[in-house]
Amino acid sequence: MKSYKSDVVIIGSGAAGLASAIEIKKEDLSVLIIERDKELGGITLQCIHNGFGLKEFQEELTGPEYIQRFINQVLDLKIPYLLDTMVIEITKDKLIYAVNNEEGLIEIQAKAIILAMGCRERTRGAINIPGFRPAGIYTAGQAQRFVNIEGYLPGNSYVILGSGDIGMIMARRLTWEGCEVKAVVEILPYVSGLLRNQVQCLEDYDIPLITSYTVTKIHGKDRVQGVTISKVDRNFDRIIGSEKFIECDTLLLSVGLIPENELTLNAGADLSKNGGPIVDNNLETTIEGVFACGNVLQVHDLVDLVSAEAQRAGKNAIEYINTRYGKDIPSQGKIKCIAGDNVNYIKPDFINREHLSQDVIFTFRVNFPDRRVQIQIKDEENNVIYKRKKVYVIPSEMVELKINFDKLETKIESDSIVIEVIPRPEVLIEEDEVL
Amino acid sequence: MAESSKNVVKVIRCIVCPTGCSIKVIGKDDSDVTFEGYHCKRGLEYAEQEFREPKRILTTTMKVEDGALPLIPVRTNEPLLKAKLNDALKIIAQKQIKAPIKMGDVLIENILDMGINIIASRNLEKNND
Repeated sequence: MKSYKSDVVIIGSGAAGLASAIEIKKEDLSVLIIERDKELGGITLQCIHNGFGLKEFQEELTGPEYIQRFINQVLDLKIPYLLDTMVIEITKDKLIYAVNNEEGLIEIQAKAIILAMGCRERTRGAINIPGFRPAGIYTAGQAQRFVNIEGYLPGNSYVILGSGDIGMIMARRLTWEGCEVKAVVEILPYVSGLLRNQVQCLEDYDIPLITSYTVTKIHGKDRVQGVTISKVDRNFDRIIGSEKFIECDTLLLSVGLIPENELTLNAGADLSKNGGPIVDNNLETTIEGVFACGNVLQVHDLVDLVSAEAQRAGKNAIEYINTRYGKDIPSQGKIKCIAGDNVNYIKPDFINREHLSQDVIFTFRVNFPDRRVQIQIKDEENNVIYKRKKVYVIPSEMVELKINFDKLETKIESDSIVIEVIPRPEVLIEEDEVL
Repeated sequence: MAESSKNVVKVIRCIVCPTGCSIKVIGKDDSDVTFEGYHCKRGLEYAEQEFREPKRILTTTMKVEDGALPLIPVRTNEPLLKAKLNDALKIIAQKQIKAPIKMGDVLIENILDMGINIIASRNLEKNND
């Protein structure tokens, strides 16, 4: 077995992996990227639509253009990478086992590891749709790869389940390729992707958006012949008698993403409620020296935010190697971050007390849309130590807060804090006055 | 002038920000209209553009000869009239381009004589097999 050594090993060469690699190379540490596909770039390569890069480059780019800029930097900096190489195991001691066709099993010893594996799509099995198993059922991202990279059309007439951005973007893409999209069906009472995509991908082409409905049966034995959709109640249970049949030969599922956790779990890192690994404000998992960023940590709305998070992970890995690696530095304790009212999950899961004098970046999503809200952080004694107004919150938009706790009036004494999104107290009063 | 002669010609949902204002286009006919329901200047600009001359960036793929991949993602270098998207797609679908290709290469110049180019969205090497 061949053995390699690298200060940092990055698993995955998507937006997260490339951005963190560039950050580390700037500091002149050795870094190796491992990618299982045959080229660098990850999923952004197949997102050929525009809307990328407004934050990172202040111009609007397509997915491939966005990621090409990072690939070019990786090539210019001569950052080493392995393609067609699948990592099969990582250990607590930062040993990485991987396989590829040329070298067989290889072993790499790292000082730090950055997990940047991204997400997998949820499939039919995850949402339990009854029926046979005919050809013609794909996840939206899989169909996107067929259409945009491999050059195949998965079918002629489509129903798309899920109104997330990938689902809506695929509806337009398939329409442009001459296919018929019969409907986009959404179980929630509102569209789950961005308004921009609802307008430009569905309404531009008169594609019906059917909310509060879901697919309850797939018809056809050899090939999909249609789907039955049913209205759902508040608990997402189907309402008997509301069934409608839609003829189609293909069903696309755009029903959510799950972080690729196998390596993380196998290494012994703990996972949090949102599906990704538990991390502290360094983006460090519960295994020292193993960091996580990008969609493997949390699903982001914008690739720009993935790159920014990955740059942070890169900087933190450098800091780890330069100051903490191989040393036994005692921790000053951790503060647990808890998701409260209308907060689905919060990252980081913990804040290190020694970092209270630095900016801590929180990211979270709400459970339901709301307007004129107050975002607040409370300590264990219910003291509000931080509050901020926001005009609107929607589940499809990740909220980011940057807080330096030492600069706040109330210091955190407790071992946990709660982040919540509540109606603004003064809004309630104002509305009473109007009434 | 009687109020009844003015109608809501169209409702445009603003996509400039997630507030998503519904902007009403009010007037007798398409040439003489006013806009209502926008909450910022950018919203008004968007509605005016969207009402008079809606444009979109077109992103699609083009066939590649001798490429490491069978397709290359492409886009218009500037927004194209929405009404012309289909015509542009048909022209792009008939074209085939030889690898290698560099990001930004002009693959079709002045499509539909509209002064807009179709450019490559990525680099693509030649097939090595």
